[in-house]
Amino acid sequence: MLQNFINAYSPDNLRYLFGGLGITLLVSVISIIGSFIIGAILGVIRYVKIKYVSAIVGVVIDVIRNLPLILILFFTYFGLPNLGVKPEIIPAAILAMTIFESTMLAEIVRSGIQAVDSGQMEGARANGLTYWQGLWYIVLPQALVKMIPAIVSQFISLVKDTSLATIILLPEMLFRSQIIYGQNTNYIIPMFVAIAAMYFVVCYLLSLLARHLEKRQA
Amino acid sequence: MISIFQNYGGTLLYGLGQTLLCSLIALVLSLIIGTFFALLEESPSKFARGIARVYIEIFRNIPLLVITMFFFVVFPLYVVKMNGFTAGTIGLTLYTSSFIAETVRAGIKSVDPGQMEGARANGLSFWQSMRYIVLPQAFRYVIPPLGNQFVNLVKNSSTLAFVGGFDLMYQGNVIASSSLQTIAAYSAIGVLYLVITLPISYYMRYLEKRLA
Repeated sequence: MLQNFINAYSPDNLRYLFGGLGITLLVSVISIIGSFIIGAILGVIRYVKIKYVSAIVGVVIDVIRNLPLILILFFTYFGLPNLGVKPEIIPAAILAMTIFESTMLAEIVRSGIQAVDSGQMEGARANGLTYWQGLWYIVLPQALVKMIPAIVSQFISLVKDTSLATIILLPEMLFRSQIIYGQNTNYIIPMFVAIAAMYFVVCYLLSLLARHLEKRQA
Repeated sequence: MISIFQNYGGTLLYGLGQTLLCSLIALVLSLIIGTFFALLEESPSKFARGIARVYIEIFRNIPLLVITMFFFVVFPLYVVKMNGFTAGTIGLTLYTSSFIAETVRAGIKSVDPGQMEGARANGLSFWQSMRYIVLPQAFRYVIPPLGNQFVNLVKNSSTLAFVGGFDLMYQGNVIASSSLQTIAAYSAIGVLYLVITLPISYYMRYLEKRLA
C-alpha cells in the first residue's frame, strides 16, 4: 500500500496534478473576475429598478441561478456549436462558469447595496450629487466592503465547481487524476487522497480568509 | 423542444423521478446527519466539537464530484459494490450535510441564550434543553435557508450523470445524443429542473421576507 503511494506520487505525476490545480485556479480566477463585473452591472440594474429592464433581468437571473451548472456547461460546450460557435474547452468552461456565477454575484451585489444605510444616499443627494453619482461615489464603495466575504465564499464554490468541467474534458485536477489512475489501478486511492487534499487546502485557506474578513467587519 | 417532450416523455419522467428520489433521500439523511453535527458543535464537550468541526470542514471543502467519484470508484474496489445512484446519493448526502450542519448551527445561535439558561435553571439537562427548548425555536429560523439547500441539492443531484445515475441530466445527455437536437434536449431538461427549483426558491424568498 505504502509503495503504491510512493510510486503514485512520482515527480512527473505530481507535476501533472499541480498543472491541473493551475488550470482549476486559472479558470476560477478569470471566471470570478468576469462574473464580478457582469454581476455588479446586473445587481445594480436590479437594485435601481428601471422599468421592465430590472424585471426581465430579475427573471433571467432567477432562471440561471436555479439551473444546475452542469447543464450550463453542456449548453456552452455542446449547444453552442449548433448555433455555429465552437468554443475551445477552456474558454467554454470559463464562459459557463461566468454565466452561472454572475447571477450569484448579482444577488450578492444587490443585497450588499441594500445593506448600506439609506441615509447615505439621502445625504449624497442632499449634498447635490445626482442619483448615479451618489450610487457610484458613496453607496457602491461601502457596499463593496460588505460584499467581500460573500464574494470569497462564492469563489470557494467556484473552485469546487470547476471539477464539474471534467465532463467537457477540462484538464483540471480531477480529470488528470483519472488519467493517472486509469493507467494503474493501484494509484486510485493515492490519487483521490491527493486531489481531495489539494482541494481541501485551497478551499479551507480561502474559507479562513472569508471568516477573517467577516469578523473584521462585524 | 415540444417534440422532445412528445418523443421522450417517458425517459424524461423517469429521469425526473430519479432526480427527485435521490434529492429527497439525500435531504432527509443530510438533515439528520447535519443536525447531529450541529448539536455536536454546540455541545459542551471539546472533543465532540473537534470531531464535528473536522467532519464539516472536510465535506464543505472537497468538491461534491470528488466525494461522489470516491464512492463510485474506490468503494467497489475495496469495500462494497454500489451503483451510480447509490454512490451519487451518498456523495450528495455527505456534501449537503456539512452545509446543513452550518445552517442549523446558525439557527441555534440565533436563539436567545437566555432560553438555554432558563431551561437549565429549571432543571433540564443540556440535551433536554436543546431538544425541547432550543431546537424547536431554531428550526423556525432555519426553514428558509434549508429550502435553499434543497434547491442546491436538486441542482447538485445532476452529478449523478457522471456516475450513470439515470437522473434528469443523464437522460438529457441520452436524448441529446440520440435525437441530435442538442439545444432542444438540454432546454427540455432545463425546464424540468426549473419546475422543481423555481417554486421552492420563490417560496423561500417569501418566507424569508415574512420572518424578517
